[in-house]
Amino acid sequence: MLDIQNVTKLFNPGTVDEKVALVDIQLQLKPGDFVTVIGSNGAGKSTLMNIISGVMKPDLGDVRIENASVVGISESNRSRWIGRVFQDPMAGTAPNMTIEENLAMAYLRGKPRGLGWGVSAVRRKLFREQLSKLGIGLENRLKAKVGLLSGGERQALSLLMATFTQPRILLLDEHTAALDPARAELITKLTDSIVREMKLTTLMVTHNMEQAIRLGNRLIMMDKGRIILDIPESRKKDLSVAQLLGEFEQISGSKLADDRVVLG
Amino acid sequence: MLNSLTGAVELGLMYALMALGVYITFRILDFPDLTVDASFTTGGAIAAVMITNGYQPWLSTLMAFIGGLAAGACTGLLHTKGRINGLLSGILMMIALYSINLRILGKPNVSLIGEDTLFSSIASETLLYIIVLAIFVLVFKFLLDGFLHTDLGLSLRATGDNARMIRSFGANTDRTKIVGISLSNGLVALSGALIAQDGGFADVNMGIGMIVIGLASVIIGEAIIGHRTVLLATLAAVFGSIVYRIVIALALRADFLHLETSDLKLITAIIVIVALVIPTIQRSVKQKKFARKRSAELAAGAAARKGGRS
Repeated sequence: MLDIQNVTKLFNPGTVDEKVALVDIQLQLKPGDFVTVIGSNGAGKSTLMNIISGVMKPDLGDVRIENASVVGISESNRSRWIGRVFQDPMAGTAPNMTIEENLAMAYLRGKPRGLGWGVSAVRRKLFREQLSKLGIGLENRLKAKVGLLSGGERQALSLLMATFTQPRILLLDEHTAALDPARAELITKLTDSIVREMKLTTLMVTHNMEQAIRLGNRLIMMDKGRIILDIPESRKKDLSVAQLLGEFEQISGSKLADDRVVLG
Repeated sequence: MLNSLTGAVELGLMYALMALGVYITFRILDFPDLTVDASFTTGGAIAAVMITNGYQPWLSTLMAFIGGLAAGACTGLLHTKGRINGLLSGILMMIALYSINLRILGKPNVSLIGEDTLFSSIASETLLYIIVLAIFVLVFKFLLDGFLHTDLGLSLRATGDNARMIRSFGANTDRTKIVGISLSNGLVALSGALIAQDGGFADVNMGIGMIVIGLASVIIGEAIIGHRTVLLATLAAVFGSIVYRIVIALALRADFLHLETSDLKLITAIIVIVALVIPTIQRSVKQKKFARKRSAELAAGAAARKGGRS
């Protein structure tokens, strides 16, 4: 489904600030894979996400979706296949527009936008159904401006908007990090149920070790631009946070340094 | 007195189309577009020259609208594809259009006196004229409202609200910006065409200061009507334009103020400055008040806990 081949990315090449963000990354996701990604600061997690979504181009290597190279395709055109939820709850929605208007824009992911009515009666019915799945009462607030919602509500809406058109690939970029623990747990649960139900091929960056172990069927750990650990489902089931940290220290030779890391 | 008031309402309605255009760029796209100062003249010039050359007034007015669309599209292209700063691309187009407008007019001033214009048959019957103008403007208002609720219109609004978000759903924000700026200048040029036909002339300097008048109309309207929904915001722009003209008419009639017509631009600039500064001051005063209240609460809470322990 997603095939990342020998991807290397440098920042500021040839200057004193040269930084190696990704080195020869190889990563293959099968359809329906739910992979969690952890790693220290500057490990290259976000760069990897940006290269998959088309915000950045790799200096070397190839990104393939369903066996077709997408490296030459712009971010907005690639969005046809890729849904994304950002860390910042403000990033995924338009605050001065209503919930139903936001959903209408997400509904046309990657399709041409013409002079058809944005929120038609048929679409509104669909939106209400989809919102009710979130279970937080947003289905009764279709005409509320998104700017009036709480961070958790906005992130739940962002998640729905990113997924309900069933993209080939879902990228979750620390999407629970900016929320309080209770809200983060709600979004985590919603993520799990939506990804399972829709069988989305998902890559989720997180700094929450416990979440990384609990969710998904595969866990990869990154450090200094490389994938240093790739744990399949069979081993992941019985993994503990302590074991995970131990493995990290053993391989990288240093402690896992993430200023926001949540151990459990 | 009544004469000057009805005159103000007529002018307000004609300029309302320009205010709707400014609303699109200034409020929806968050793009201060100075092209307006020249595309207004472009509209007036196209209409005046075509009418004096014997074309139908409605066709001349339509061509003025299309001329405005083209001017706006150029500004949009400069800004998005040329990556030129928004203000600068507007200024560049404004300067370029000045020469183009002179070319269209052929001389600095073209008179329409004695020509048949779009509303010349009813312009003398004040009440009917106002009703017809109001219907004309409201048709455009509702067309714009409808457009802003279509799929393309939603992505246009999202471009000003959260460009990153709408890009992540595959909309091309360069294209939506060009559409928005183009439509805005089309309305502005249409307004210029009406003003030229009503005033009986098109002048190469008729557009100077239009952007500020447009801003003043939008802001005054929002202060009175608000902008909770698109329908209200466009209504506010129309209403603001009328109120602005009435205020100006009254100010000019108030002899004790000793105002001259040439002072209008200064007054308009002051209205806009005041309207832009007041909300900022209000916000900072509110925040300070809240911070003080909240600190007092916290201090009281700390004192209570301390007292409880001892």
